[in-house]
Order: sequence, then C-alpha cells, then structure tokens
Amino acid sequence: MSNKVKKLLTARFGVVSPDSIEDYIKNGGYASLKKALGMDPEAIITEVKASGLRGRGGAGFPTGIKMESVRRATGSPKYVVCNADEGEPGNFKDRYLMEKDPHQLLEGMIISAFAAGADYGAIFVRGEYINSIKILDNAIKQARKAGFLGKNILGTGFDFEMDVYSGAGSYVCGEEFALLAALEGKPARSTFKPPFPTTEGLNGKPTQINNVETFANIPHIIDMGGAAYAALGTEASTGTKLISLSGNVNHPGLYEVTYDITLREIIEELGGGVPGGRAVKMVQLGGPSGPIIPPSLLDLKIDANEMRKYNLSIASGAIIVIDDRADALDILVRIMEFFHHESCGKCTPCREGLGQVLGLLDKFVDGTATEADLKLLRNLLDVMSQASLCGLGQAAPTAIKTILQYFGDELCGRIGAAKEVK
Amino acid sequence: MVNITINNKKIQVPEGTTILNAAKQAGIDIPVLCYHPDLDIKANCRICVVEVEGARTLQTACSTRVWEGMAVRTNTPKVRQARKIIVELILAGHEMDCTYCKRNNRCDLQKIAADLGIRENPFRHVERDLERDTSGPSLERNPNKCIKCGRCIQMCGKVQGLSLLDYAGRSDEVEIKPAFGKYLTDIACVACGQCAVVCPVAAITEKEDIDRVWEAINDPDKVVIVQTAPAVRVALGEEFGFEPGKVVTGKMVAALRALGFDKVFDTDFTADLTIIEEGNELLQRLSNGGVLPMLTSCSPGWINFIEQYYPELLPHVSTCKSPQQMFGALAKGYYAAKIGKRPEDIFSVSIMPCTAKKYEAQRPEMSVDGKNPDVDVVLTTRELAKMLRQAGINFDALEEEEYDAPFGLSTGAAVIFGATGGVMEAALRTVYEVVTGKTLPSLDFKDVRGLEGIKEATVDLNGTPVKVAVAHTLANARKLMELIKSGKADYAFIEIMCCPGGCIGGGGQPYGTTNEVRKKRIAAIYEADRDLPIRKSHENPAIKKLYEEFLGEPLGEKSHHLLHTHYNDRKA
Ligand SMILES: Cc1cc2nc3c(=O)[nH]c(=O)nc-3n(C[C@H](O)[C@H](O)[C@H](O)COP(=O)(O)O)c2cc1C
Ligand code: SF4
Ligand code: SF4
Ligand code: SF4
Ligand code: SF4
Ligand code: FES
Repeated sequence: MSNKVKKLLTARFGVVSPDSIEDYIKNGGYASLKKALGMDPEAIITEVKASGLRGRGGAGFPTGIKMESVRRATGSPKYVVCNADEGEPGNFKDRYLMEKDPHQLLEGMIISAFAAGADYGAIFVRGEYINSIKILDNAIKQARKAGFLGKNILGTGFDFEMDVYSGAGSYVCGEEFALLAALEGKPARSTFKPPFPTTEGLNGKPTQINNVETFANIPHIIDMGGAAYAALGTEASTGTKLISLSGNVNHPGLYEVTYDITLREIIEELGGGVPGGRAVKMVQLGGPSGPIIPPSLLDLKIDANEMRKYNLSIASGAIIVIDDRADALDILVRIMEFFHHESCGKCTPCREGLGQVLGLLDKFVDGTATEADLKLLRNLLDVMSQASLCGLGQAAPTAIKTILQYFGDELCGRIGAAKEVK
Repeated sequence: MVNITINNKKIQVPEGTTILNAAKQAGIDIPVLCYHPDLDIKANCRICVVEVEGARTLQTACSTRVWEGMAVRTNTPKVRQARKIIVELILAGHEMDCTYCKRNNRCDLQKIAADLGIRENPFRHVERDLERDTSGPSLERNPNKCIKCGRCIQMCGKVQGLSLLDYAGRSDEVEIKPAFGKYLTDIACVACGQCAVVCPVAAITEKEDIDRVWEAINDPDKVVIVQTAPAVRVALGEEFGFEPGKVVTGKMVAALRALGFDKVFDTDFTADLTIIEEGNELLQRLSNGGVLPMLTSCSPGWINFIEQYYPELLPHVSTCKSPQQMFGALAKGYYAAKIGKRPEDIFSVSIMPCTAKKYEAQRPEMSVDGKNPDVDVVLTTRELAKMLRQAGINFDALEEEEYDAPFGLSTGAAVIFGATGGVMEAALRTVYEVVTGKTLPSLDFKDVRGLEGIKEATVDLNGTPVKVAVAHTLANARKLMELIKSGKADYAFIEIMCCPGGCIGGGGQPYGTTNEVRKKRIAAIYEADRDLPIRKSHENPAIKKLYEEFLGEPLGEKSHHLLHTHYNDRKA
C-alpha cells in the first residue's frame, strides 16, 4: 500500500515554513527555475509534454499542449493565470498547496511563464481563503526580493511579474472564462468557446490557465525530467495526484497518491474506512459536479484508462464517501440546490433547467412523480449537459444521471408512491 | 475557403464563417434568439445548437466557426429535442399571454415555438411577477417577458455607448434591467428605443398610444391632422409584406385617410422649413462669430443625450425645433386660425420612426398655447401598422393618394432627412446656393452618405472651405463631443442622428431592422429624393408662401416664437 502514497508535491509540507523562502531554497526550491532559465523554452515544453502532465483542475487537458499553444499564439502581452478558486465543495487540496508550500506554486508559474513566453501572472484565489492570500502575497514579495520575479530574473533577461487576486466567492468563478472575466473586473460569467484562452484569454490575449496543483508539478518535471516524471504514474496518468478525502471516513484529509491506487484503497486504507463500521453506500468523485458511484466500482484504479471504461475520471481528486444511512434523493436535492444557487444565469438550459430539475425532484420526494416525469427529467438532463454554455450546466446533471444509472430504484421506486400511501 | 458538409451537403465557405452563416448559404435555417447580425455574438440562448461530428457536446451555430472537413447536422433527434426543451424552458418562465401581447404575430420567440410545433409545456410554470416599468412616455419594460438574450445590453452599450442596461442577480433570478436605478426614467436613458428594436420579445416596447388616436378620430369636435416623417415611407411597407426599401408614400397617405384623419400632411414640409431656419442660423453663426461648430437638433434622442451627458456643449446646438415640433407649432399656432379653429380643436398626430419623439412631444415648452401639446400623440411606424390592421385596411390594395395642402408639398432635400447625412446634405444644397448665388453642379454630396460611423466633407463656399461632419449612433456622437471639448473639432457644422443609419433605423421602425435592411431603406430614401421634381428646400414654393403669408423672414420674430426652442442641462 504505502508504495502508492508518494510525496512529491507534499514533500515539503511541514518541513518548510510557508513564510520562509530560505527554507524553501534550502530544501531544493528554485533550483528548477534556475535550471529552466538555462534551457530553451521549447525544450521545457518538450519536457512537460514528455511528462504526460494533465490538468489537475478537473478536465485533464495535457498541460504541455496548452503551454505550447500559448507560446505559438500571436498576441502580446501573454499571461499565465493560476486557478486557485477551489469553489467546489469537497475540494481542499489547492489550499494546502498554497498554505504549506507557496513557493512551489510560484516556481511552477514562473517556469511556465518562461516556457510559454508570458509577461505577467495572476493567481486567482477564492475569497474565503484569506490565509492563502496572505501567504502568497508574502511569498511573492520574497521571491521578488530574491530576484525570482521582476525584471531580468536571475540575470537571464527574462521579465515576469505576478500578483494575487481574490474572487467574490461564487463557484462558477472557477470556470476558466468566468475567472478571466472576474480578473478583468467583469461579472463572473462564462463565454462561448472556441476561441480558447490559449489564443484569446485574459484581456483577449493568449493565456495559459492552470490549476494550482498543475503548476505545482512543473518544478518537479524540470527537476527529474519529463520521462522520469512519467514513469511515476501509469500509462495514461502520470505523476501523482492529490486527493481531498471527505465524508463518512475515519481519517478525512489530504493524500498524495500515484494513479495505480484504487478508490477502495484510498477509502479503507488511507481513510480508515467508514466510522462505526458502517458500509459505504456511494462515493462521489470530484464534488457535486461529479458522478456518484456504487461500492461495486471501488476497485477501480484512479488511472484515466481504467476509469474511462465507466465514463468516470478522478477529476480534481475529491472523494466524498457516503455511508448507508444516506438517502439518494436527499443527496440529489441538496446537490441540485447547490447548482441552482450557483448558476450564473447566462444560458437558458442551466438558468431555467435547474429550477425545473428541482421541481421534478420534489415530485419524487412527495411521491407524485410519474413515468412521464422521469422521462422528462432524463430528457432535460440530457439537454442541460449537451447544450449548456459552460461546464457548470454541463456537469450539473452528472450526479442525477449516475444515481439513475446505479441507484435507479431509489428514484423510480418512488414513482406513484403517493398513491400507494392513500 | 473551407470545405464542410452540412446535412450531407458539401459546401465551400470562406474561413471564419460561422456554422449559422454557412447553413444559410446551404439553404438551411437555424433558429436564433440571442444572435443579431449587427451585435457581438453572445451564444447564451442555445437555441441554435447543432451536432458537429467529433464534438462532445452540441455546438452553437451562431458562435462556432467552421473548420476544414467539419461535418454538421442541423436536423437530428438530438438537436430537435434540445431546441424543443430550450423553448419549453423559456416559455415556462415567460409571461405567456400571446393574444394580449404587443408582439403577437411579430415575435421571434412565438415564431420559433410555432416552428418547433410546441403544443403544450411539460414544465411547471414559473410565475415571476416582476414589476413592469411604465414610468416613461416612450418605452415600457416588462421583465416577465424577458428571455435574457442580452441584445438590448449590447445595443445600449456597444452601439449607443451608454451601457444603461445590464444583468443583475444570478441563476433563474437573473434580470436584465437598468444597471443603476429601477426605472428607465431613473437613468440617463435617451429613449432611443434601439433596445426595443432588437428585443426578440415584448420585454421592451414602445408605449402604445393608438387608443388615444382612435378616441380623437371618433370625436366629432376635433379636427384630427397627421404628419408623417420622411423615414416612415421607406419602412412601413415591411409591415405589410413589401421588401425593405419599398417606397410606399402614396399608399400610406391613402391609408391614413382611410383611418379617418381629416388632413394628411407631411413632416417633410417642416423638414424643408428646418433647412431654411437652420441654414440661416448657421450663416448667422458663421458671420457673427457665433458658437461653432453648430450641431443639428432634429433628433430628439440626440437632444436627450446632449442634455444629459454634455450639457456644457448645449450652446452649440441649433435652436431650431425638430421638424415634428415645427409642424406641431404651425398646426396649432397658424393652421388652426387659418381654418377658423382654436388650437385646442386641433388634434395633431405624428407618425414617426422614433420612440424619443414621444418624449419630445410632451416637453412642456413644446406648446404654443401653454396648455395643450403641439403634437398630441406620436405613433411609431409599428403602431401605425397596428392601427391599419385594427381597421382592416388592406394596405396592398390601396390606390396611391397625395398629401393635403398646405403642408403637403416638399422637396427631395426633406426626404433625405431620414438617412444619416441627409440633413447635412439638404443644408448644404441650400446654404451653398444662398451663399454663392450659384446653382450646385451636382446635388449629391456622396461623402456624407452611407453607414460609416463618422463622415466628413468640405465644401467651398465662395473660396472659404467649410468643413462639416456627420455622425450617427451616440457612441459616434460621443467621439465628436470629446473632439469639440478638446478644441480639435475644426468643423462649422455637425449633423448628429441618435440611431444607427439615422431615422430610417429609428427605435420605432418595423422589427427586423438590421444594417442590411437599413441600407435598403437608405437606398429608397435617395431614390425618393431623385424622383422628386424639386430637390432643394429653398425652392419649395409652399415654404416661400408660408414666409410671405405668415412667418415673414427666417429667424424672424414669428420663427423665434414658433420654430425655435431652448435646451436644459439635465445632467444627473
Ligand atoms: C463550474 C466550474 C468550476 C470550476 N472550478 C475550478 C476550480 O475551482 N479550480 C480549477 O482549477 N479549475 C476549475 N474548473 C476547471 C477550469 O475551467 C479549467 O478547466 C482549469 O482551470 C484548467 O486548469 P488545468 O488544465 O490545470 O486543470 C472549473 C470548471 C467549471 C466548469
Ligand atoms: S451553464 Fe450555467 S453557469 Fe455556465 S454559463 Fe450557463 S447559466 Fe452560467
Ligand atoms: S413576447 Fe412573444 S411569446 Fe411572449 S407573450 Fe408576447 S407574443 Fe407571446
Ligand atoms: S432607449 Fe436607448 S438609451 Fe434607453 S435603454 Fe434603450 S438603448 Fe439605452
Ligand atoms: S429585454 Fe429583450 S433584448 Fe433585453 S435581454 Fe430581455 S429579451 Fe433580450
Ligand atoms: S442564437 Fe446561438 S446561442 Fe443564441
């Protein structure tokens, strides 16, 4: 088991003081930046591509390709933006990364900026993370003082600056276009794509936007080389993954694992199983926008190839364990209320659909739902996931869809329930 | 060029074409609600979704550009189901009372719902019960009908440069409303009605005044007269199935008579009068060292703008009333007596392409007797069409008729008032001949025509080059105002029209106004000009007679009293 717990990004947690750049440097920090600045930017991109690193924010897009697109894109200035909004319940890994080892993130961003040819970086931190913001602000000051930021970084002629921004605290702010809009001082609403941020991002300029964890991997890739990094993981999923484990487990918390670990190993061995010896009823992956799966799938490895067979992915790495006391419908109502509250209201399917979903769920709750309601619900969910403008509306139906798939009886069983009571 | 297939049909389109436009080229219709050809793409209604081979989700045709080898399908079960559910979702949250609705039969949403064959709505109805805004004289908002397409936001923000409307709130409580304040009258809205023209539903509409006109027509004690603005004749036909750009002056006159108006007059007559007064005012300013550049004053949306946004520049504005108000003043201050009536016996109606004219007509200073407005009711082109339908008038079948005397005779110079650059061109035709004493070699000042935002021209007046400028839309007007403020505007005379394209693109014109349609209406305006026997205002014999009989001289005592006005600083 322990061989599937691998401390790479979390290696310095507790070892270095987050307020001390000296600590970080003493423990090997900024060595990768020095190495990178001695490399050709194209060579850095080659390493990142070879590493197989995929975005850790949820969608899993290959990071090297993003970097390369920004480098190739015409337009100036160019930006790197760190998505530290972490607004989805059940996720807390990014906060740990920022608060325990902030320089690791900065180093990753500076290297990325050098590779992508960016001039300015922004870290967009969820407003509630007051402590993260303080720590990052301080780290940036230190890095500037040490010559890792600013003009002519380490005498290489590379100029790069960055700042911390804080969000108004809505979930949709984490969606990349909404985040970029918020950075521009506009309301946090998404927009259509293409074009993607790599060509028309912040202020309409080429922008590499990545998750905190994604950036935090970059120094390690430079340090060990892309191939060695890739060797850490499985064929489809390289490197390590931070897991935010929560819900009905004995030891909730943050874990860093390799991709050959199974969900069951994470829950039972790392998380110590369900309190009170109860059984796992269901597990939600990623947060409210993720699938809800039955215990029978817990032997899946979190590796992309294996999970894809079931149309799943580990996404941002949140794992929420739900024990056998839970009621599926109850959970769904709460999840859909969350989305209904968080929808930005811009596009029709999400804006108008979520309230209707709640209305239909109500009918299941009070036992008045009919077969026709079930069919309507299914059709509505399909349209929301197919036709919504951004990932929020597209993913909002996932929980219900998977409950219908794996726990269908819990909903279907209530069709016509009211009649029986009478 | 890019090769794509749409519904198995292979076509070639230029790179960068959207699926929507490519489909159009292939003869395939895709419904749209938030898309408008003259505005930025928003892709928020999602009604235009199509299947694109290889894409994980449905793609919006309005926003997605074609790529080489793209395969699109616009008519699959998935697409039809998505469109149907999207419309059902909208309708479930919509105040759906089509039969009572101002947009009934003229509504984009209603048409799409009909096209998709929606017969019942499986979704529960969501009652919004939001307060309507009926605070102003020009426009009304009914947020319960708003589908949040964002067209109005863009129109007010991007085209007019005012950004008065915006999203508020989130989720299904999102509202599109005045960004600051509650009612349109709380904000520095100029009542241009451009938001209403692009609204696909009845969420922003002109205030309807049709019933007040019927009442007057039915009142035996009233002499009900009507004037028609230049831009109405090139657009009204669209309401009755004619192609945009069809000139329907004669039928319109006949239709107005058929409605029961006692006299049918032409605002073009007072447009000619405006040119005489304004032209003389310009010459006076030029020779007496008056405030220059002089700015035109015939667009009430523009007047609302300068009063609220650039009051410090009001001395630049010509004191001439707009043609509508000159007409109103003459109707009550001259015509009434001429036919042996009291001003209050005359009920004066004007048919305008404009919603701001409704505001203008009720300004307290626009009253010669200090009691009744000079123009009692303003109807938009759209309202006139409604009235004709109410009366069962078969527009197509009408025989063309002529305007009544004495305010029926006008020139080509007056007709072109309807298009951006028209007032300038009309003024130049007169000013040139008055100053130089020579006949213009060509009457066409092509430099000031067309849809370009800001146009310039220089005319040689007896060896003195006189520079003029023309702007339409308030975003462009603002640029010129800033230029004036910075002291860099070396123009003598500037024409400003509030609406894109000028009055032919006004806020009261038929729905479906796009820049394409504007171009056709403009072409019709110049065609009407060309076909008129007299094309210069100062050669209008009826105008000459009016000065001889009544007014005396341009800028004289009577003119001052009836035809000129003053402005107010209304900056918040
Ligand atoms: C509603 C919504 C919320 C999101 N929130 C986050 C977030 O909090 N943090 C994040 O990194 N990505 C979030 N994403 C994903 C981002 O849009 C984007 O894919 C990500 O920042 C890309 O970075 P990566 O390639 O490093 O994963 C969210 C997406 C959606 C649709
Ligand atoms: S899917 Fe939801 S959150 Fe995303 S743009 Fe549409 S309404 Fe806004
Ligand atoms: S706006 Fe259109 S759909 Fe709505 S009630 Fe009016 S006519 Fe009907
Ligand atoms: S009437 Fe004109 S100024 Fe007023 S809100 Fe509409 S577009 Fe803006
Ligand atoms: S008022 Fe009309 S144009 Fe504006 S968002 Fe609503 S429906 Fe669209
Ligand atoms: S018309 Fe394409 S999304 Fe609205």
